[in-house]
Amino acid sequence: MNFTEKTKDGFNKVADHILDQLQNNEAANINLHAEDSTFIRFNNNKVRQNTQVEQRGLSLLLQKNSRSINLSFSITGNIEDDKKRADQFLKMARTECDLLPEDPFQVPLQNNGQSDHSFQGKLLDPANVVEAITTPAAGSDLAGLYCAGPLISANKNSMGQSHWFANENFFMDYSLYMGEKAVKAVYAGTEWNQKDFAANLTHTQRQLALMNRPKVELKPGAYRTYLAPGAVAELTSMLAWGALSYNAYKQGACGLAKLADKEKTLSPLFSVRENYGLGLTHRFNSLGELAPETLDLISKGELKSFLVSTRSAKEYTTTGNAAEGWEGPRAMEVLPGTLKESEILKQLDTGLYLSNLHYLNWSDRLNARITGMTRYACFWVEKGEIVGPIKDLRFDENLYDCLGQNLLGVTDFQETDPQVGTYESRSFGGKKVPGMLVKDFKFTL
Amino acid sequence: MDLQRTLQSVKNHADWISLRHVTEKTTLRSYRDEKPDRNQISYDDGVMVEVLVNGHFGYAGTSDISDAGIRKAADRAVLMARSAVDKKAFNFTLEQRPQSQGRYKSPVIKPLDSFSAKEISDIFVDANKAMKVSDKIVSRQATAMIVETHFYSISSSGSEMEQNFSIVSTDFSATAAEGSEFQTRTENGGLARCFQVGAEIFDRVSILERSRRVAEEAVELLTSENCPNETMDLLLAPDQMTLQVHESIGHPLEYDRILGDERNYAGWSFVKPQDFGTLQYGSKLMNVTFDPTVQDAMASYAFDDSGNKATKEFLIREGKLERGLGGLESQARLKLPGVANTRSSSWNRAPIDRMANINLEPGTSRLEDMIASVERGVFMMANKSWSIDDYRNKFQFGCEYAKLIENGQLTKTLKNPNYRGITVPFWNSLKAVSQARETYGSPFCGKGEPNQVIRVGHTTPYCLFANIEVFGA
Repeated sequence: MNFTEKTKDGFNKVADHILDQLQNNEAANINLHAEDSTFIRFNNNKVRQNTQVEQRGLSLLLQKNSRSINLSFSITGNIEDDKKRADQFLKMARTECDLLPEDPFQVPLQNNGQSDHSFQGKLLDPANVVEAITTPAAGSDLAGLYCAGPLISANKNSMGQSHWFANENFFMDYSLYMGEKAVKAVYAGTEWNQKDFAANLTHTQRQLALMNRPKVELKPGAYRTYLAPGAVAELTSMLAWGALSYNAYKQGACGLAKLADKEKTLSPLFSVRENYGLGLTHRFNSLGELAPETLDLISKGELKSFLVSTRSAKEYTTTGNAAEGWEGPRAMEVLPGTLKESEILKQLDTGLYLSNLHYLNWSDRLNARITGMTRYACFWVEKGEIVGPIKDLRFDENLYDCLGQNLLGVTDFQETDPQVGTYESRSFGGKKVPGMLVKDFKFTL
Repeated sequence: MDLQRTLQSVKNHADWISLRHVTEKTTLRSYRDEKPDRNQISYDDGVMVEVLVNGHFGYAGTSDISDAGIRKAADRAVLMARSAVDKKAFNFTLEQRPQSQGRYKSPVIKPLDSFSAKEISDIFVDANKAMKVSDKIVSRQATAMIVETHFYSISSSGSEMEQNFSIVSTDFSATAAEGSEFQTRTENGGLARCFQVGAEIFDRVSILERSRRVAEEAVELLTSENCPNETMDLLLAPDQMTLQVHESIGHPLEYDRILGDERNYAGWSFVKPQDFGTLQYGSKLMNVTFDPTVQDAMASYAFDDSGNKATKEFLIREGKLERGLGGLESQARLKLPGVANTRSSSWNRAPIDRMANINLEPGTSRLEDMIASVERGVFMMANKSWSIDDYRNKFQFGCEYAKLIENGQLTKTLKNPNYRGITVPFWNSLKAVSQARETYGSPFCGKGEPNQVIRVGHTTPYCLFANIEVFGA
């Protein structure tokens, strides 16, 4: 059996072993996260560090007498050893529940059905990755991370619910440098194709060549600005920082509260939805609830729906939409507009072309103001022609301005921004976004 | 598990091999509006195998800690190393893995496992009650993250290191609202109160008093004026200096950033190798140390993950840059002296350069004299927002709470205070440093590819800076 098959067999047996032992006053929800990953870190087109990580972890939510405890623990992949661990943690969970106060917002477990999806990829043999990447990149100053392998999420509960999602995928998240000037790219998918990677690399090298002009230093001020999909992906990442969370809205920490309260508006050109049809992640959440295939969040500038977890729905007596507990988008899509790629520089005329942004944060959350930096291939454009790369600028901008009355156009194409997060373990997901043309984007430093 | 026996069975697979076993129990307790919000306990358990083959380190981590599982990981680590030997970034030797033996244990008066879920629940529910100081309080939260970590590492060259960490991070926060105005006050900024400590930190009387004060300040902010937009003196409290030191000193001095390893993720640094020994980073009042020997700070330890013994070192003395934050691997690559900071977040990540405890040494000023010296300025406390560029140069930070300083006196309370600047000019505008210092930190410093979250500590005085651009919402 390969890693995925072995993990599936083990999960089913260990999870059933836990569920079979539950007593009448108990209910349980069990999640699995597992991966067998190759990580190769590059600098100067050489290998800085390479690591393989095989890990499996179970989390057990036990509900007993209106109390709840969530215990998670590493498992080995050896079924009998893992059953013994499970016994130990089930015992511990029962003890914890006896010590805790009642949880009035406990979500009663339900049977949200069954699903079973396993996707096999065609990945490079770990022994061949270094050659496959460094050879076509010869002569380039390449820095970045290659990451690949099977990635699994699964869920079972005591009501008979069962979900399984396994995928074999990879990403090569990299930058090419010319001194301090850089261009970023990502090549990701489920089937490695050496020609496609080489083409991706060539495209990035061509972009880097555009950087070989003197740097333009601009004064702080408001500039007409084109945000390429990479920049829009960063900007809209802030929507996951409580801006679309119903819980945050109720507790005074929502970045788009004034949109919800209709005190402020966004542009009719701006629409955001959850779209699991993008295929970037599974639809079931950690309670095994199935999110709707699509869910309009902001439609033509109006807030249509917050993301509402079942727990929030119970607390605030409303209807949930199977959001995760943190109530952020998991499969975000910003809808396209009509601005054609060939028209971007012409429509921009004179201003800034920003390929990417960096290190964003709220500078005034309740007024939806965000600060951050320009990064990578960012250019000064005059009369539709690129003049040269800019010296980094800090922006401090209000979403109600740049996604409101100052939003001039949205591209008719979108790009997929795959999730490349690897904190503790590899992440699922990503987003699909267009580019945007805005006026008076505000730079401060 | 008999790690020594497993090591004997795999030690000939490579030129050198180490096994690092990490177990970590993390308990998160959170109570909101007097009700349980989150009660989570996670146990992480795994082994990292590190090998040196023809001058290149290879790594394999596994949660299968059986003898067979670790031997499989050893084979994979060797495969990793061999596959990159011809394309390695540097030719490393055993000089980067000194033979070390020793033990470390966090200073603990009352063991964490002596404090039950019920005891925490009772105190935290009462802390929530203490925060109900006004009908304007709309959300109250008490949170603790309790971490118990055991590192045990052995190597084929005879190293044996054991380190036990007992860590508690807490926060008590309240949100007040009136109309469309919301103001949140936390204790010192999120989970900045984080220490190597035992259950003695859960002192009921102190927690209730601190919770009440946090809530009172949240209400006070509702009716406060916005921070003005002007250039003036800026006095920063240690709970904001923590962030200032972290972002504009700690990260830019990390050698792996200077070497470019981190370029594709968090970025690199405005600091160049030739700046060490020459760059006037700040005013002569600025003295910065790397100090993993502080008694209860978040990132104190005896050895880093390479086996390098941890010692206090000056990074910046009288404003001049002397030394950077690089472990033995980076020191060999850059040919510069560094510190013992080769650290990994857990068994499933390879170690990289990390800042650990970066401290600003005390000055000679008294806080009241520093305030009295200001004709017009702002005194800011507790970080709320942070952003700095990939060279660690142009920053913008926001705080929760501020006081206007007029003619040497603290006057009005100000809400939504922010400031921005550029690292070297900012530190050169430092004009007074207090004798008094406080220790804070963060459990969540993110870095690396693959990503790693690690713990950092910062002990800092109050600092006064001249002519800084401050602004409000």
